[in-house]
Amino acid sequence: MGNVHEDTQSAGGGAAPESGAPASVSGPRPEGPGAHEPSGLAQLTTKQLAWRSFRRHRLAVASAVALILLTLACIVLPFTTHYTYSGLDFGHEFEGPGSRHWLGTDVLGRDTFTRLFYAGRISLSVALAATVSAGILGTIIGALAGFYGGAADAALMRTADLFLAVPYLVVLLIVSTVFDAGLAGVVITLILFLWMPTARTVRGVFLSLREKEFVEAARAAGASNLRIMFSQMLPNAMGPVIVSVTLLIGNAILAESALSFLGFGIQPPTPTWGNLLADARYSFFEAAWPMVMPGLAIAITVLLVNLLGDGLRDALDPYQRVIQPTKWAPSGSEHDTGRTTS
Amino acid sequence: MLRHVLRRLLISLLLLLLLSFITYVVFVNLADPLRARGSGLNPQQASRLRQVLGLDRKIFFRYFSWGSHFLRGNWGVSFRNTPVAPDIRDALANSLVLGGSALLVSFLVGSTLGLLSAVRQHSRLDRLVATATFLGLSIPGFFLALLLQLFFAITLPRWLHLGGPVFPVTGLMTPGVQGFHPLDRLWHLALPVAVLSTYFTAAFMRFTRASALEVLQADYIRTARAKGLHPLRLLLWHAFPNALIPVATQLALDIGAIASGFIVIERVFEWPGMGTFFIVALDRRDWPQVLPWLVVAAAFIIALNLLADIVYVALDPRIRYR
Repeated sequence: MGNVHEDTQSAGGGAAPESGAPASVSGPRPEGPGAHEPSGLAQLTTKQLAWRSFRRHRLAVASAVALILLTLACIVLPFTTHYTYSGLDFGHEFEGPGSRHWLGTDVLGRDTFTRLFYAGRISLSVALAATVSAGILGTIIGALAGFYGGAADAALMRTADLFLAVPYLVVLLIVSTVFDAGLAGVVITLILFLWMPTARTVRGVFLSLREKEFVEAARAAGASNLRIMFSQMLPNAMGPVIVSVTLLIGNAILAESALSFLGFGIQPPTPTWGNLLADARYSFFEAAWPMVMPGLAIAITVLLVNLLGDGLRDALDPYQRVIQPTKWAPSGSEHDTGRTTS
Repeated sequence: MLRHVLRRLLISLLLLLLLSFITYVVFVNLADPLRARGSGLNPQQASRLRQVLGLDRKIFFRYFSWGSHFLRGNWGVSFRNTPVAPDIRDALANSLVLGGSALLVSFLVGSTLGLLSAVRQHSRLDRLVATATFLGLSIPGFFLALLLQLFFAITLPRWLHLGGPVFPVTGLMTPGVQGFHPLDRLWHLALPVAVLSTYFTAAFMRFTRASALEVLQADYIRTARAKGLHPLRLLLWHAFPNALIPVATQLALDIGAIASGFIVIERVFEWPGMGTFFIVALDRRDWPQVLPWLVVAAAFIIALNLLADIVYVALDPRIRYR
C-alpha cells in the first residue's frame, strides 16, 4: 500500500494496520482491551491509538486476515494444482465438485478451482494497481486544491464533479473498444475514474489544516510550499487517505469485473473473475459452479474490503466519527461508545 | 431564484454543447468510412467523394450542420441502414420504465427504513438495516442478477416441477405476444427491478438514515416536539422533507456510477434499453449509433443534475441565491 514516508512527529496519521501497525504494538501499552482510563490512553501515540481502536472492530480485523489469506491463496494455489487455467480435461466436462476437480469443471472441462485463483491474481493486481495509483493521484490533486484554495480549488473540484458525473463504464467500454489496450488500458482508465473520492477527502483535511499553527510555524521556518504540503500536512491526512483508498479497491474490482463481464476489457485467454463469470454465463443451465464461484469471489472480496474500510475509518478517521448520541429516540437508547456504523 | 435557475440552465447548455462537440470530433475521426480498409476506393475517388459529401469542410461547419440536423430529429442511419432516432427513442422509453420502477420501489422502501432506523438508532431494526445496507452496496449487481436468474429459471422450477421459469429471465415481453399486456410487462420487469432496487434501496437507506440523524437533532424538531406535535406528523411533515435534501444531492453526485450499474443490469436481462443499445452498437462498432447515444446520454445526465440542483434550492430555504 501507499506507505508514504512517516513523519517523526506523527500528529494524526497512522499506517495501515495490516502492514505497519503490528510492529508498532510492541511498544509499551497498558493491557486490557477496554482500557478507558485517560491516563493510560495519554501515553499512547496516535498510531497505537488507531491500532487499538481498529483491533476492537472484530469484523474489520477478521476481514483483514481473510483478505490477506485470499491474496496469498491467489499467489500460491495456482502453483499447487496440476491443471492449467486453460487446460482441457476431455471427458470430464460439466463436472460437479469432486476429488478430481475440487470445484468442478466448465463446458470445456477446464478446472474451476485453478481458473478461479489464476483469475484472482489478475483481478486483484489490476484493482490494487489502479487503486494505489488513483490514491496517489487523488492525494496530489486534493492537496493542491486544499492548500492553494481559491481558483485552483474551484477548478480542480469542478473537474472532480465532472468526472463523478460521467458514467465510468461508458468511457471504459469505448476506450477498450477503440484501443484494444488490454490490461494497461483498463488500469489507466480505472485510475482516471477512481481518483475523485480521495481528492475530496484530502482537500477537506487540507482546508482545515491550512490555518493550523504548525503550518504557520513551518512557513516561518522557511519551508517551501511543497515541503509543507507533503512532509508536514500530508502525514496528518494519511488516515483518511488510507480509508478512502481501501474503499476504492471494492469499486475497482467491481468496475473491472463488470467490464470483463460485458465482454470488453481484459480478454479471455487471460482469466479474470469478470470474464470467468461471462464465460460461464451461457452454460449455467448445465454447470452452475463455474459461474457461481467467480461471482462469489468478487462479492466476498468486495464485502471484505468494505468491512475493512469501515473498520479503518473508525480507527483512523476521526473526522467522520459520530460521537454525539442522539437523544431523540423515545425508547431512550443508551450506548457506551461513540462508534456508529455510518 | 429565477436568475439562479436561468444561470444554471445556461451553464448546462454550454456544457452540453461542449461535450457534444468533443464527442463529435472524436467519433468523426474514429470512424471515417472513406479511410476504412475494403472500401474499394482509390485516393482520387475518395477525395472526390469527400468533396461531394462535404467532408472536406472545416470541423466547425461540419459540427454545426450535424448539430442542426440532430436538433431537428434527423439522427442519421446506422451502418445497417436503419434510422437511429426511433431505436434510441424506444430504448430510452424502456430504460425510463425500468429505472423509474426501480427508483420508486427503492425510494418507498429505502427512505422509510432509513428514517425508521434513524428514529430508533441502535435498535435491532437499526442494526438490521445497517447490515442490509452493507450487503446491498457490496454485492455486485450482475452477480445478484445471475443468481436470481439461476434460482427462478432453474432451481425453483426443478424443485416445484414446473415446466418453465417462475420469472422470465430476459427480455421486455414474451416473444410473439402482440400488443401491450401490462401483466406480462410487469412479470418481465420483476427481476431487473429487484436487482436494481437492491442497490438503490441500500443507497437510500444509508443516505436517509445519515441525514435523518442530523435533522432529528435540530432545534426546530425539539421545538416542534415541545409544542406537542403528533410524532408521526412531526416525522413525516417536518423532519422527512429536510432529511431528503442531502439524499437528492448525493444521488445526483453518484449519477455516473448509477448509470454504469444500469448498463450492466440491462445487459444481463437483455432489457432493450439504453444500456443494451449501447453495448450492442459498440460491439458492432456502429459509430453512427454510438454518437447520438452519447449525446442523448450526456443530455440526460446534465438534465438530471440541473433538476437536482433546482430541487435542492427549492427544498432548502436556507439557500438563497440573488
